[in-house]
Amino acid sequence: MPELTPIQEALEANFPCLAGKVVVPRPMQAFVEVPEESFRAVFDYALEKLGFDRLCTITGFDDVNSLSVLYHLSHPDGNMLNIRRRAPRDNPVITTVTDRFPGGANYERELEDLLGFEVTGLPKGPRYPLPDNFPTDIKPLRKDWKPPQPKKTAP
Amino acid sequence: MAQVTVPIGPQHPSLKEPASFSITLEGERICHAGMRLGYNHRGMEKAAESRTFIQNIHLLERVCGICSHSHSTNYVSAVEAVAGLKIPDRASHIRTLIGELERLHSHFLWLGVAGHEIGLDTLLMYSWRDREPIMDILAMLCGNRVNYGINTIGGVRRDITPEQLQEVLKVVNQLEERTKYYVELALTDTTLGQRLAKVGHLSHEDAVRFGAVGPTARASKVDRDTRRDAPYLSFGKIEFKVITDDHEDVFGRTVVRVCELIESYKIIRQVIATMPDGPITVKAPRKIPAGEATSRNEAPRGENIHYVRSNGTDKPDRVKVRASTMANLGSVAKMMEANYLADVPIIIAAIDPCFSCTDRAVQVNDLSRGDSTVMSFKDLRKYSIEWYRREAGVDLGALNTKLAKRLAAR
Repeated sequence: MPELTPIQEALEANFPCLAGKVVVPRPMQAFVEVPEESFRAVFDYALEKLGFDRLCTITGFDDVNSLSVLYHLSHPDGNMLNIRRRAPRDNPVITTVTDRFPGGANYERELEDLLGFEVTGLPKGPRYPLPDNFPTDIKPLRKDWKPPQPKKTAP
Repeated sequence: MAQVTVPIGPQHPSLKEPASFSITLEGERICHAGMRLGYNHRGMEKAAESRTFIQNIHLLERVCGICSHSHSTNYVSAVEAVAGLKIPDRASHIRTLIGELERLHSHFLWLGVAGHEIGLDTLLMYSWRDREPIMDILAMLCGNRVNYGINTIGGVRRDITPEQLQEVLKVVNQLEERTKYYVELALTDTTLGQRLAKVGHLSHEDAVRFGAVGPTARASKVDRDTRRDAPYLSFGKIEFKVITDDHEDVFGRTVVRVCELIESYKIIRQVIATMPDGPITVKAPRKIPAGEATSRNEAPRGENIHYVRSNGTDKPDRVKVRASTMANLGSVAKMMEANYLADVPIIIAAIDPCFSCTDRAVQVNDLSRGDSTVMSFKDLRKYSIEWYRREAGVDLGALNTKLAKRLAAR
């Protein structure tokens, strides 16, 4: 059995629900899926105790049966921790992390615009990245949305 | 004093890419800045899901015209990580070399833009003159000045001859001498110092809080550089200094970039001196095994992030791109606070923004018409005239005809 990295050890020791769930597929990259009720506690622990001080980006997914979000955090020592949370497809409501990372507002607006998440606590602002007149019921990064194909090609 | 809100953009004097800023002023001082982005949104992430892993190299290389190698390297590195491929050392060195040449031309380009924004066009002429030999070198090595097409999954597509490496060294030697002059200029010139110092202040705490990256962060004493912190390609074997500065303003961002040029010359010399022999590629499978990977790359403007998830087919299930400008934009509003309106162009330019990088993601068509067509230039012109007549009450067609008649009558 491979040796656990310090990040794996710390997360599994402090959060029993993560036992065996922290995956390190390659050096300096850890992935963990966190139950929704523990997300904020794990996220704050990663920031305050493990020292992951930069939110690199947030990636949203349409996993067909549900939607999920991956928070990519980085540490000054070069390690990266990717924390995944899941939300039901018909009611994808998640809480904001802009109280900890104000620079992450646009990443969360992308989740709203492109995948249809509702991010509670996200400060008001213009939509991003779609234009103001883009239909609000179309969520382009959902798997069931196919972009219209052009009828003719440019000369 | 009454507050006035001034819209700047989407087309504006600061740079050639569109972004809309809403600047609230008290007199000449900025008290609040807001922004609207998304004007360069092109559908890359959605498009990537319907293309093969190989086709996506060419798509994602076009996320940005300046740091195109950084994006394609980031993407292929993520795919190689998912596939468990280890690229040959020679390929790793070649990717490192092209990446540093890209940093040189990007920093020279920025130096010129910065000079232009503050009315010092002599600096623009000098630095863009010096950028040309680098573009020529890139064209010699890759066949293109931008969008180099050098990367493939499993290595690189072109080898480099010893003669070409000597040419690179010759150019690097010439440019290093000129760059030393720019370093001296940046550190001692009164005009530059007085115009840039204390403009666009971003404290160390705010740089960390807003997640700033690259030279923008390093000019606020944030000692972070992916090349050193999470070494990729050949950077683990190369010695270089991460340049930081404590001015926390546009002046500091200038100092960091010109000093980084010197470090890039050192890196290029080491890469050439240690260039190993051997193959430049390993065979990569057409279908990539199921898995996911995050790849990081220190682009000229800061850290780029690519995430790739495969479902075991020849097309990715999800590709995510986070360009460095996206990370830096969060701190721009903070930088503008309490500065003068006239400083807006140089403050925006000082993060070296790239909005085509930032706004990569989804194809946008006019769905209100129920279909999607690619327009000819003639159709597009007609559509724009009709749009302005309908939405803004301006008849550009009639104005054009009137103007043409008036000119003809002279």
